[in-house]
Amino acid sequence: MRFMMMVIPKGYEMASPDALPTTEAVAKMMEYNKSLQKAGVLLALDGLFPPSTGARISYADSKATVTDGPFAETKEVIGGYWILQVRSREEAIEWAKRAPMSNNEIIEVRQIHDMADFPEDVRKASQGFEALPNAAARKA
Amino acid sequence: MSDIHKAIEAVWKIESTRLIAGIARVTRDLGIAEELAQDALIAALEQWPEDGIPEKPAAWLMTAAKRRAIDGLRRGRMLEQKHGEIERELEFRQRRLGEAMDQALDQVIDDDILRLIFTACHPVLTVEGRIALTLRVACGLTTVEIARSFLVPEKTLGQRIVRAKKTLSEAHVPFETPRGDELRKRLESVLSVVYLIFNEGYTATSGGEWMRAALCVDALRLGRMLAELLPEESEVHGLLALMELQASRTAARRGPTGEAVLLPEQDRSLWDYAQIERGMAALHQAQRLGGGAHSYALQAAIAACHARAHTAAETDWERIVVLYDALLQVSPSPIVALNRAVAVGMAHGPAAGLQALDALAAEPALTNYHLLPSVRGDLLLKLGRYAEAREELQRALAMTDNVRERDLLSKKLKQAMFID
Repeated sequence: MRFMMMVIPKGYEMASPDALPTTEAVAKMMEYNKSLQKAGVLLALDGLFPPSTGARISYADSKATVTDGPFAETKEVIGGYWILQVRSREEAIEWAKRAPMSNNEIIEVRQIHDMADFPEDVRKASQGFEALPNAAARKA
Repeated sequence: MSDIHKAIEAVWKIESTRLIAGIARVTRDLGIAEELAQDALIAALEQWPEDGIPEKPAAWLMTAAKRRAIDGLRRGRMLEQKHGEIERELEFRQRRLGEAMDQALDQVIDDDILRLIFTACHPVLTVEGRIALTLRVACGLTTVEIARSFLVPEKTLGQRIVRAKKTLSEAHVPFETPRGDELRKRLESVLSVVYLIFNEGYTATSGGEWMRAALCVDALRLGRMLAELLPEESEVHGLLALMELQASRTAARRGPTGEAVLLPEQDRSLWDYAQIERGMAALHQAQRLGGGAHSYALQAAIAACHARAHTAAETDWERIVVLYDALLQVSPSPIVALNRAVAVGMAHGPAAGLQALDALAAEPALTNYHLLPSVRGDLLLKLGRYAEAREELQRALAMTDNVRERDLLSKKLKQAMFID
């Protein structure tokens, strides 16, 4: 089972474009990341720039409208994520509990769909999708 | 199972390896360490449902284990003559043991985890014993989980673990990581245990066998742990690459009714391409470390040829033949030779494949192996020699009880009838 743990850092919704975590916070996070890696459960991780550097594309009446960040109405935004491979939902939650987060910060844990979870007709509809990622794998 | 029990199990899965390694650091005995850790788990199962999971579960478990260790020391001593001197010595030893265990958890280093894995995979143990003990101490699986995964009664599995621990203690196996040449030799045993666990999971055939299939994930996890602990050992990366590349096809290996789908017929959009990339990266690492010509790395390189092919027709069979030739050099086996013959048939035509295959006909290990006539039937079919093909396929059918294999063979046989 794969899970995504999404970090929702307090105040990140209004952070300035050049906002960076402190050296101390980075060191703590690295220690945690290392523990995930050493346990063999870590598949991927990334940190995201603040929303002030991003854009939202919303859709209405078959039209896409672009709004540049920050997004005043938004209370919670994602600051980064981990992807873990574990045996159960509980295990993902236990790993999340061990993350070095500050007060009032949030980690949301969600299971990642496997293709095998989908019925046959949905799987059929996804055929041919391998083209892109496969091209990346070929270069390796 | 209740939510709290599931949560306790999850805590165990995360903390038990370091816990056991920490205790063994003090006791220098894997069997005793594992038992003390189990006692701590039992204490947690009693207390946590009432009090909730403590803030520092690992420290809690270590304290519980320490209490049991001190009790054990007392019981052991009390059997001897009661005497003031002994009483004082006992107090001293208890205090020292307590202090050592209090610090053990913070002091666990990579080497302790390695010691744990190398000891669990020690050649003095039976292969079954190594597998069970490794899953128990390095993956945090319970006896029930291991028993269900390997389709054996729980009691049998429990005895297997007890016997393994007894063997280790009787053989006075030191709790240590081998060095130099000895490390290479012992690493082979460790890697083969990991790959056996992976294959056990990989042969699981239905969704009902979820518990077995999860063994693949445990094996991958062990592989990733070892790659972190022994980053300079090319074969560790080679095995990890092989497992990642094989596991990337999991979703495509079974059809809607659970039937086996062979590589050429697989829907490649169901392959896990993120996993393929991880496998490619691990293979690259193995090759970079100079281990490209070792057994696992070569098998991974073969799997990589399939992973790179957009469609079955694009497979670079010529390269696969070259890789099989190299594999035959380092680990010669009739099965590898058989696979090579299949590759030759794909690269240079069915006649060449048949020639390579017939060179193996006298191989005693393949006498009753259904894949020999099955592959032969396939090649004859392609050569248009239908009568002979039917004969071979029928021979193959008579040799296997496996329902899925029989289905596949019957389908081919029908095909041979239809064409003629």
